[in-house]
Amino acid sequence: MQSFEKHRGIIATLDRANVDTDQIIPKQFLKSIARTGFGEALFCDWKYAADGSLDASFELNADRFRGASILIARNNFGCGSSREHAVWAVAQAGFRAVIAPRIEHEDGSVKAFADIFQNNASKNGLVTVELSESEVNEIFNTVTTTPGLEATVDLVTQQVTLHTHEPVIYNFDFDPAIKENILLGRDDIGQTLEHESTITAYEDRIGETTD
Amino acid sequence: MPKTLFEKIWDKHVVDVLPDGTTLLYIDRHLVHEVTSPQAFEGLRLAGRSVRQPGRTLATMDHNVPTDDRHNINDPISKAQIEALEKNCNDFDVTLYGLDSNKQGIVHIIGPEQGATLPGMTIVCGDSHTSTHGAFGTLAFGIGTSEVEHVLATQTLRQKKPRSMKVDFRGALQKGVTSKDMILKLIRELGTAGCTGYVLEYAGDAIRALTMEERMTICNMSIEGGARAGMIAPDDTTFEYVASDDRPYAPRGEALERAIKEWRKLPTDPGARFDRELSINVSDLPPQVSWGTNPGMVADVTGCIPSPDAVTHCSQVDAERALEYMGLTPGTPVTDIAIDTVFLGSCTNARIEDLRRAAAILRDRKVAETVRMLVVPGSERVREQAEAEGLDRIFKNAGAEWRFAGCSMCLAMNPDQLKPGERCASTSNRNFEGRQGKGGRTHLVSPEMATAAAVAGHFVDVREWM
Repeated sequence: MQSFEKHRGIIATLDRANVDTDQIIPKQFLKSIARTGFGEALFCDWKYAADGSLDASFELNADRFRGASILIARNNFGCGSSREHAVWAVAQAGFRAVIAPRIEHEDGSVKAFADIFQNNASKNGLVTVELSESEVNEIFNTVTTTPGLEATVDLVTQQVTLHTHEPVIYNFDFDPAIKENILLGRDDIGQTLEHESTITAYEDRIGETTD
Repeated sequence: MPKTLFEKIWDKHVVDVLPDGTTLLYIDRHLVHEVTSPQAFEGLRLAGRSVRQPGRTLATMDHNVPTDDRHNINDPISKAQIEALEKNCNDFDVTLYGLDSNKQGIVHIIGPEQGATLPGMTIVCGDSHTSTHGAFGTLAFGIGTSEVEHVLATQTLRQKKPRSMKVDFRGALQKGVTSKDMILKLIRELGTAGCTGYVLEYAGDAIRALTMEERMTICNMSIEGGARAGMIAPDDTTFEYVASDDRPYAPRGEALERAIKEWRKLPTDPGARFDRELSINVSDLPPQVSWGTNPGMVADVTGCIPSPDAVTHCSQVDAERALEYMGLTPGTPVTDIAIDTVFLGSCTNARIEDLRRAAAILRDRKVAETVRMLVVPGSERVREQAEAEGLDRIFKNAGAEWRFAGCSMCLAMNPDQLKPGERCASTSNRNFEGRQGKGGRTHLVSPEMATAAAVAGHFVDVREWM
């Protein structure tokens, strides 16, 4: 996978919660047997009007977000199906990182990203940044009032920097095992196969295969 | 130290704990379908790798399959994807239940049917509704295509241990209220991200009273609450299901007796700790109807469409967007909502018991003239069973369409789709925008509620028909 240490680019807002994978990449694009070619289809049903033209009311179509490579959305981004095509679409549309808020409740916190989406992102070098609700609110406000605003996502220092007149920095947590893989652009399978003798020993221990 | 059902299965499948804290977890059963696997098989080819355990891998085709004329697939891209699975299974020696097999069906329906889903197992599939199999006391969850490739190559997954949550369902359901209503109620309470990061265990007398098929409906929708998996401890109901019928993958005779002895050790020990526990009383639960664009936007059939400022787990703006998409006005009684389509199908509610309960309502009744009703059995075996019982004739005589098995209008990857603005009472699992066809409007309900709506042309409280 593509490695990621630090990336600077235009940050675009998508002011919606529970953005599901059916919206990220509608099902008609899942018929492809290729791993590429999904970028154009990102948010297809929102992006295009019925006649196929760009829908001006969809915020990511705004001129000021052209060429954006960092996306910020609301809570529970990527919920729904397990389709990795959703991550491929986000990445192939040019986004290197997605930011979303976790939400604190009295019963615990609600995660920023859906489980399977976040897992899939980690296998493709798409960085998912979880910030607090108030930090995300603040970034939404700053982006809205600062056309063309750029941000840097630094995975090494685990910081998001907004390049406003006085730069603003937000720190984020990141799983150390996934961090190392993404920094090095390392695939899982080769690493796991380094433990092949342990897998074989396990299989010997459980004794049988199932047919 | 007392352990939960989840911990027992997890611990038994740990191959290794890696220096970075990641667990290498062994996978007992890998289910494969045509949509999320082609890129994974291609990855194996490029790296010169093989499928480590073809005998633990089982494939079928379900998402793309036409449900009328299944041997003439008009869409060339769908056809190519189905042919790719045939070639991949052939090249890598994986068993495939294809379109000519009477074992073909929705992957989460055929696993249990064939005995490939057994208590105590770890099961994965490139499909989020893999949580279905948790009904047997298995740890079962959906994975992406990179992980599909990882399991094909290594028969393991790299995992971080999730947190655990116990949901205690108490009380006795009223007649006409189902396990679909129980799970919709839970997601309504917790929201679609309320269980993210957790493995759920469903427990309590209301769960014990359910059949295996009803339990599968609950576990199926665990993912709609964000959960990694949902599980139910195995009991005599489970063992009777496994022992019944022709299930070629299940043990038989003495081997089955030995297995059941082991499976009896799986339930959560008294005093075992969960990270979170909650309880829901279902005695007064009315049938549930989703009104919005995610499975947490749900109302009682006796209730009204909520005002956007009263909707929990989303912003007012998101609730307004959902209402606009659905073409609904706050304050409208749910029973005033007219529908034009009914979809009875999907891995949530297309098993034989679902079809029997729907047929019981349709006997001596007709589908309203304003309504198109599609009945899509979950597997070819369910279809054959239903036809042997004469259920197909009840559906057809009532004016419904009777189809071959597949995912069909649950996600509308095949030709079964809603047109813009059409409104569907659906027994499936997701009411996302465009899920059943661009611009289509989905209301998630039980088979009983969907069938009653087909007759009345609008939602009714099906308890009044019992």
